[in-house]
Amino acid sequence: MDLRTLTYIVVGASFALYIGIAIWARAGSTSEFYAAGRGVHPVTNGMATAADWMSAASFISMAGIIAFNGYGASLYLMGWTGGYVLLAMLLAPYLRKFGKYTVPEFIGDRFYSQTARIVAVICLIVASITYVIGQMKGVGVAFSRFLEVDASTGLLIGTGIVFIYAVLGGMKGITYTQVAQYCVLILAYTVPAIFISLALTGNALPQIGLFSDHVGSGQPLLATLDQVVTDLGFNEYTAQSGDPLSVLNMTLFTLSLMIGTAGLPHVIIRFFTVPKVADARWSAGWALVFIALLYTTAPGVGAMARLNLMNTIQTGEIGAPDGNLAYDERPRWFKSWETTGLLKFEDKNGDGRIQYYNDKNEAFNAKAAEFGWKGNEMVKVDRDIMVLANPEIANLPNWVIALVAAGGLAAALSTAAGLLMAISSAVSHDLIKSIYNPNISEKGELLAARLSMAVAIMIAAYLGLNPPGFAAQVVALAFGIAAASLFPVLMLGIFSKRMNSKGAIAGMLSGLIITVVYIFIYKGWFFIPGTNMLPNNASNWLLGISPEAFGAVGAIINFAVAYFVSNASEAPPQEIQELVESIRVPSGAGAAVDH
Amino acid sequence: MSSESDSGQAYWKANVSLIRNCLIVWAFVSFGLGILFRPLLTSIKIGGSDLGFWFAQQGSIYVFLVLIFFYAWRMNAMDKKYGVEE
Repeated sequence: MDLRTLTYIVVGASFALYIGIAIWARAGSTSEFYAAGRGVHPVTNGMATAADWMSAASFISMAGIIAFNGYGASLYLMGWTGGYVLLAMLLAPYLRKFGKYTVPEFIGDRFYSQTARIVAVICLIVASITYVIGQMKGVGVAFSRFLEVDASTGLLIGTGIVFIYAVLGGMKGITYTQVAQYCVLILAYTVPAIFISLALTGNALPQIGLFSDHVGSGQPLLATLDQVVTDLGFNEYTAQSGDPLSVLNMTLFTLSLMIGTAGLPHVIIRFFTVPKVADARWSAGWALVFIALLYTTAPGVGAMARLNLMNTIQTGEIGAPDGNLAYDERPRWFKSWETTGLLKFEDKNGDGRIQYYNDKNEAFNAKAAEFGWKGNEMVKVDRDIMVLANPEIANLPNWVIALVAAGGLAAALSTAAGLLMAISSAVSHDLIKSIYNPNISEKGELLAARLSMAVAIMIAAYLGLNPPGFAAQVVALAFGIAAASLFPVLMLGIFSKRMNSKGAIAGMLSGLIITVVYIFIYKGWFFIPGTNMLPNNASNWLLGISPEAFGAVGAIINFAVAYFVSNASEAPPQEIQELVESIRVPSGAGAAVDH
Repeated sequence: MSSESDSGQAYWKANVSLIRNCLIVWAFVSFGLGILFRPLLTSIKIGGSDLGFWFAQQGSIYVFLVLIFFYAWRMNAMDKKYGVEE
C-alpha cells in the first residue's frame, strides 16, 4: 500500500475514534460540560492534561529547536515542565476545593469584584486566542505536509472534528478524546525516537542514548556532535554562554515559562474535573509523567537528528572535493521534504555537491573560501524537519510515517480543544451567566455554553486562516500574560488572607501593562511591523532581558504592587477570609460564598 | 471552634513549610544546577557533556516528578493526621 493511502487510513481512523468518543461522552448538564461531571480519574486526567498541554509546537517544533540551539533550548524543557510543580503545590488543589468552573470565577469571588473578574476574562481570552491560532495553523500544516491537502482545507477539516466533539461533549467529550489523542501522539513520537537511538547509539532509550557512545565514532554522542558542528563553523552544541546577562536572560526566560504554564487557564481548568482535592495533587504528578515521556525524549531526538543531518551532507573530510554529498545522490527523504519547501538547496559554487556550513562565522568563512565554497548551500533547513522527517531518515516502515501525521494532528487538535473550552466557559459562565443574565436556567446556560463553543471555534478557524500579527507571539504574549497577570493573583488569593480587591486589581493591571508594553517596545505596538521603538536584540534589551523572558519580571511587579496596595487599604470582608480558610483544607463544603 | 481553627492553622503552616522545602529543591536543580552553577560543575562529566547539561535537559524533569509525588504523598498523610481529608 502506498504511503498516501496508508496515511489517509491512519488519520481517518484516528478521527473516527475521536467522533466515536464524542458520541459516547455527550454532556447532559453544565457540570458535565464545564468540568466533566467532576468524575475523571486522576490518571485519566493526567493523560488528558498532557495532551491538552503538549501542542503542535511541543510535538513538531521542540526537538528541532533543541537540535539547532543545543543547550540553549534547555529553557523550554525546564520551563514547560517545572510549571507543574508550581501548579501541584500552589494552585490546583485549592482551586479544585473552591469547586467552581472557571478561573475568572475564582478571581471574581475571591476578590469580591466583577471588575477583577472581567480583567481576568480579558487576560484569559487574549492568552488563549493567541495560543489557539497557532494550533489551528498546526492542523493545516500537518494536513498539507502529510496528506497533500491544501492547508486551508486541512484547517477546516480539523475545525469540523473539534466542532463535533467540543460542542457535543464540552469538557467531558474533550477529556476522553484528549486521552485517545495522547496515546496517538506519544506513540508517534517515541517509536521513531527509539529506532533512531538504536541506530546511532545501540541504546533503545533516547534518554540514555543521548549520553551514550556514538556507534560510528566510538566517542560519546554529544562529544561527536560538538565536534561535527564546530568543524563546520556552527556553535558548539552543549556550550553555555559565558555572558552574565545571557545567563540572567535564560534564568528569567525559564522562570517565565514555569509561572506562565502554571497560570494558563486551559491547564488549570483540567484539574476541576477530578473528584477530590487529593486527586488534584496526584493528577498533577501523573500529568507530568505523561508529559515527561515526550519531554525527556525530545533532547535525544534533537541531538540525534542534528547529527544525522550533518553526517548525511558532510560525508567525508571537510574541504576534500568528494567530502560532500553529491546532490544527485541525495536520499529519498531529502527529495520528499524538498517538495514541501522545508528543505531548500542552492548550488552556489556549481560543483553539484551540497555544502552545509555556518557562513556567518567569519573565521570559518575564510577557510571555506579556500575550499572553493561560496556560501552555505542549504538555504533553508526548517527546524520542524527534525521530527517530521525522522521516520524516513531512520528508514522506518510507512505506517510509522502515517502515525507521525496522526500524532501531529492529535497534538494540535487536543490543545486547540482545551483552549476553546477555556474561552467558551469564560464567555458563557463569566460573561453571560454572571453579568448579562444571572437568572439564566441550567438548560439555558448549557445551550449558551454550546453556542459560545461553536462561535469560539469559528472565530479560531477564521483567525487560523487569516492569522493576525500577534499569532506568532505565543511564547511572549500567552505565557507573558499568564505569568504577569493571572498566576500572581491566583496564588495571592490562596496564600494571602489579607489580599483585597484593590490590591489584586492593581497588581494584575500593573503586571499586565508593564509586560505587554515591554513586548510592544521591541516587537511593535500590537505587533504592527515597523512600530517598535527599539530594535529587538540583546544590546537594546533592559539588562539583556528578552521580551519573552519578561513575564517573570511582570509577575514580580504584580506581587509587589498587590502587596503594597492591599496593605495600604482595608482588609477583605469576614466571609472572604472564611472562604480562603475553607479552600486551604480539603474537607468541608467548597465555595462559602455565592454571588 | 477555636481548637479547630488552631489545628487548621497548624495544618496550613505545615503545608506552607513543605511547599517551601520542595520549591527550594525545584529551584536548585533547574536554575541552580541546570543554569547558574553549571560552569562550576564542568569537571563532573556525564556521557560527552557535564552534570549541568544533564540536569538542564533530563535531570531537572525527573526531580520535578519526584517532588510532585512526594508532595502529594506527604499532604495526603497530613490530611489524615489533621483530620481534614475529604
